[in-house]
Amino acid sequence: MKVRLLDIAHARSGDKGDTANVGLIALKPEWYAPISKYVTRDRVAAHFTGVITGGVERYELPNLNALNFLLHGALDGGGTLSLKTDAQGKVFSTALLRMVVDIPDAEASALKLPPAGESP
Amino acid sequence: MTAKKVVRVAGAQGFWGDWLEAPRRQAEGGPVDYLMLDYLAEVTMSILQKQKERDPSAGYAKDFVGAMESVLSGVAERGIKVIANAGGVNPEACAAAVLEMARARGAAGKLKVGVVTGDNLLPRIDELLASGHELKNMDTGEPLSIVRDRVIAANAYIGSVPIVEALTKGANVVITGRSTDTALTMAPLRYEFGWAADDWDKLAAGIIAGHIIECGAQCSGGNCLYEWRSIENLADIGYPIVEAQADGTFVVTKHPNTGGLVSVQTVSEQLVYEMGDPHAYITPDVVADFTSIHIAPDGKNRVRVHGITGKPATDKLKVSIAYRSGYKAVGSLVYAWPDALEKAQLADRVLRERLDRLGLKFEQVLSEFVGANATHGPLAGPDAGKHAPEVQYRIGVRDADKKKVERFTREIVPLVLNGPPSVTGFAGGRPKTEEIVAYWPALIDKTVVQTQVTVLE
Repeated sequence: MKVRLLDIAHARSGDKGDTANVGLIALKPEWYAPISKYVTRDRVAAHFTGVITGGVERYELPNLNALNFLLHGALDGGGTLSLKTDAQGKVFSTALLRMVVDIPDAEASALKLPPAGESP
Repeated sequence: MTAKKVVRVAGAQGFWGDWLEAPRRQAEGGPVDYLMLDYLAEVTMSILQKQKERDPSAGYAKDFVGAMESVLSGVAERGIKVIANAGGVNPEACAAAVLEMARARGAAGKLKVGVVTGDNLLPRIDELLASGHELKNMDTGEPLSIVRDRVIAANAYIGSVPIVEALTKGANVVITGRSTDTALTMAPLRYEFGWAADDWDKLAAGIIAGHIIECGAQCSGGNCLYEWRSIENLADIGYPIVEAQADGTFVVTKHPNTGGLVSVQTVSEQLVYEMGDPHAYITPDVVADFTSIHIAPDGKNRVRVHGITGKPATDKLKVSIAYRSGYKAVGSLVYAWPDALEKAQLADRVLRERLDRLGLKFEQVLSEFVGANATHGPLAGPDAGKHAPEVQYRIGVRDADKKKVERFTREIVPLVLNGPPSVTGFAGGRPKTEEIVAYWPALIDKTVVQTQVTVLE
């Protein structure tokens, strides 16, 4: 089943130099397990292809039902150098929530994960 | 049996430019022991340094004097203490301005202002480089020598020790320069509870309490994505308060009868904000472990945080260095339906062709189409903005040569009459050319930085 992160997580993002961080938090504690299993470093790197120029780091915070991603080369140099509208990476949060992951039907229905609707 | 001692630290400013009403509302809305005001972002020190070059009595966050005026009766009459990194590159002048304001308001003798100095390394840069401190860029590894002649500010991030010293000396207002944001909250807790310099878990708890409230209302319903429609009365939002106990556990809350929300979700969003490696949140006092945090609801608008662990501090301090790094300008025009995006895209091609014909090459040129791709880029999808009622065309350039950037600023407005149709939104005229002051993070041995504390009345 296809599941959109917007429907199972919330997020906040910020900056550190030319790196944006996105904290991804499960909407329900029981949804942290599939998020940590399927939202891998490689999938997030693929999602941001063409958006960032550097690599992706991924950290787990099971205590907060959260993952933290560092997206390098995300901010056109970052800080005062950047020419971007989002020079401080404030809305990379919702950019990650656009991501759709494939979760086996049995696992998804056991956890009552909402299926991805039509893309807006 | 006496009740356990609780110390209340109220977040009253999250950055320079934050809500002017917040300090007074925090001082008057209910019981608080300390007001914590964070003014300094990474680039703020360089702005303040430029102001001080023009006027030796400037160089601090002037908003703080007004904030102190708005809470003066609470500090002078009710024993509220204030901790702020408003001093910027001139904490002494900031203290003098606060004391002068207090005298003018009939509160002479009521304030004891502790001034923390020693973080400013600018006068010592050459001596430090000569004695082998390379001040390498933490991100790129380059030595500072390559931009030395363009450096305009250099400040070590200092921790809780000098703030605790100022409180011990009887200060009821503490003004620092480049203190870490989190130390402003941890220091009063350390002072009140007598936490030892190697009580890593409690120091880490104080740091994480500081991280939660250092961005003001961003942990109490502001900028919160989780069920954002349900967050009530943002117009009257309550700023956060930490109610801490001696064992390092604390509750995050806000004053009664205020708007916003304190919940596990609002606090969790702030916990992950600007996070790096959660196992090692490095500060001058302790390395805090964000994976140790336990967070649970504790009644309406109350969240309990406990179980935090920390590891010994490192032997380095982070240094924030600012240097001149060329010029930039960003301009924009707005195109209307029909075919707004197509018109804006044509304007971009025309403008770039004209820049080419003028022989103007820049270090960076960035075009964005607000309404189509400015926030999420290609992730917004191939059809993004296709049917938008309007699209803002936004183009910026960056270069070491100021003349080239200034020439670019003349090329935008002409498009109104000699480019694609249905264009407006040019009332601002030519965009401004700005000097870029860039940020150079580095590390230095702790032993190199000695802070001083003076208490003024």
